[in-house]
Amino acid sequence: MPVSPHMSRREFVSIITAAAGTVMGALIGIPAIGYLISPAFQKTATEAWIPVGPLANFTAGTPTLFNFNRTTVDGWVQTINSYGVYIVKQEDGSVLALSNKCTHLSCRVNWRPEENAYVCPCHDARFGINGSIISGPQPRPLDQYATKIEDDNLSIHFVGS
Amino acid sequence: MFQKTFAWLDERLGLQTIYNTVLDRNVPKVNWWFTLGSASLFLFLLQGITGIMLSIYYVPTPDHAYDSIQYIMNGVSFGWLLRGIHHWGASLMVLIVFFHMLRTFYFGAYKYPREFTWVTGVILLFLTLGMGFTGYLLPWDQRAYWATTVGTSIAGTVPFIGNFINEVLRGGTDLSAVTLARFFSVHIWWFPALIAAFIGIHLYMVIRIGISSIPKADD
Repeated sequence: MPVSPHMSRREFVSIITAAAGTVMGALIGIPAIGYLISPAFQKTATEAWIPVGPLANFTAGTPTLFNFNRTTVDGWVQTINSYGVYIVKQEDGSVLALSNKCTHLSCRVNWRPEENAYVCPCHDARFGINGSIISGPQPRPLDQYATKIEDDNLSIHFVGS
Repeated sequence: MFQKTFAWLDERLGLQTIYNTVLDRNVPKVNWWFTLGSASLFLFLLQGITGIMLSIYYVPTPDHAYDSIQYIMNGVSFGWLLRGIHHWGASLMVLIVFFHMLRTFYFGAYKYPREFTWVTGVILLFLTLGMGFTGYLLPWDQRAYWATTVGTSIAGTVPFIGNFINEVLRGGTDLSAVTLARFFSVHIWWFPALIAAFIGIHLYMVIRIGISSIPKADD
């Protein structure tokens, strides 16, 4: 066979095959990487202002439990979680919103008027009316929600979990 | 460096021999109809890869099957693309495998000494159709549900043992979670394993015997 200065037919076909294969591999391979890792980077917005009702519903000096539900979506599964907040109206009209989740191990605390304290049923942690630590194993006071009053209607700021 | 590494591996693995036997074998002068077998193999591999990808998120239970596919389509990057390739690739594979059979038939390539290659090819065709049938149920939407109801009912018209076949296919008298689970299992484990095995036998015979040439007027 005479030696040709040009590319042989076989070389040409090899190069075209390799190029087409690379393009096809990249067209599937690169999206496939995104497909596999994208759930790791999805942030679902959990933050919201929850309406609690007119301020007139709450009596100063008496913590009132307010319950609400939030729905989270993980992939294709919806989970409904319940949350409880003690609304504590102060004498000066301002409002505290305290999570009823004990800061020790997340049991739900209950307001006991006769003891003037929130008491956790699990390990007997006690919190004062404004959430401060009285006694028990808890590492910090009760968590607070930010509050907002518009036209005498109270809302609390839910930021997740 | 590359040459040396290759030589070292080749001495132990016989890579050059494999390459020469599988890809550099002698073939008669053929035309584009002879590419359908390679196309079928390519589509099988493509369906395998995209199918494995889909199984990352798909859940075969009545509670979650439909929703998990909605998540693939709308919640994950490029999920629509991988599912689309799997969906259209499935139809294309049935088509290409069928044309591959027609070519073999019309060119008389099934004759001696290739009868057994033809037999494994027929098994592969039926397995491909089985993949289509079992995969069709997995989206668990109205179309999937009723198509499988009709399909299993057709199997139920076989004389005497029809009802038995129907109930074995469905895993009960009606379509249920059991049906979905067994169709999923057959779709991702049983049939792909069988197809891979039969492709192995099929290709072994193609390489061992070689392919037939285009028939001439006096054949």
